[in-house]
Amino acid sequence: MAGWSQETHRVLAAAGVRQVAYVPDAGHKTLIALCQEDPGMTAVPLTTEEEGVALLAGAWLGGERGVLLMQSSGVGNCINLFSLTQTCRFPLLMLVTMRGQSGEFNPWQVPMGRGSAAHLRQAGVMVEEVDQADQVASATAAAARLCFESAAAVALLIDQRVLGIKTFEQ
Amino acid sequence: MSARSDGYPLHRRALVETLLAERGETLLVTGLGAPSWDAAAAGDSPLTFPLWGAMGGAAMVGLGLALAQPARRVLVITGDGELLMGLGALATIAVQKPRNLAIAVLDNERYGETGQQATHTAWDVDLAAVARAVGFEAALVVEAPDAVASAVAQVHQAPGPLLAVFKVRAEDLPLVLPPKDGVLLKARFREALLGAEAEP
Repeated sequence: MAGWSQETHRVLAAAGVRQVAYVPDAGHKTLIALCQEDPGMTAVPLTTEEEGVALLAGAWLGGERGVLLMQSSGVGNCINLFSLTQTCRFPLLMLVTMRGQSGEFNPWQVPMGRGSAAHLRQAGVMVEEVDQADQVASATAAAARLCFESAAAVALLIDQRVLGIKTFEQ
Repeated sequence: MSARSDGYPLHRRALVETLLAERGETLLVTGLGAPSWDAAAAGDSPLTFPLWGAMGGAAMVGLGLALAQPARRVLVITGDGELLMGLGALATIAVQKPRNLAIAVLDNERYGETGQQATHTAWDVDLAAVARAVGFEAALVVEAPDAVASAVAQVHQAPGPLLAVFKVRAEDLPLVLPPKDGVLLKARFREALLGAEAEP
């Protein structure tokens, strides 16, 4: 499981990502740690995901690229702030670890998880999905290219099958 | 509801004009509503990024900008209602400790764009105390005209993160609107800051 995180960190660094905004998720644990340790990156813990949408707009105004790491539960928190991204055509790269998919044990994660892709699309975000661990890094590279070259909002949804299904037994 | 802010001596337009008179190379983000109109009344600049929406986002736009441009002063001018919608941003900013970031709150204790309804500050919610509690380097409240000059100097020069709450009179003022095309605002800001070769 750690392998995709290392590769994805390298991809983000190569894409010029400097500001890494996050609300923690177990699936992003290793990637967050790698970004925190990277002297070329500034890791910014958020109190809510929408802060990251605004942060990365400011970063772009100042000439820096960023990424927003979150769990699917955070998608709904961002919706109104996506108006900033859309109206000004700010590039916005998001890596979203999924909950609520097949195998989910917590019903409270299901509504936002099942709705994430549709909510993102409705808000004008391009949605890409990846469900194989060995394809996360290449999918991130492709999403970053689309995002920064097109000044677009792009979310890469990382399937629970990549992350391992969470249970309280683990 | 008492109308305490009807009697505050500070007038927001004159205050913002004073704040921006010595802005120099300062990068400015203004929050949704009257603060954007106040800044427009003081004069347009490509290095001003006025928000017309994204309520609750102004301080975080300022943080992203301050982290990207550590050698430049970044000023956010916003309102009490706008800041209250994203109060957690103060905690996020405090964690990053940007020395170059100042937030000036024009606190009229009202939601000015929607009919002058009271905000939480009308019930004594103290935004400067929140900033101090989460770890801002400095936080001040300014109500008296003779305290403005010193506060403005701090906003421009004191180590951040700094939050200055200016208690301003609740008043309905003529609209003075900045450009509202977001793509244009973004592109001109980046060109003025980063040079003509910057992608928009």
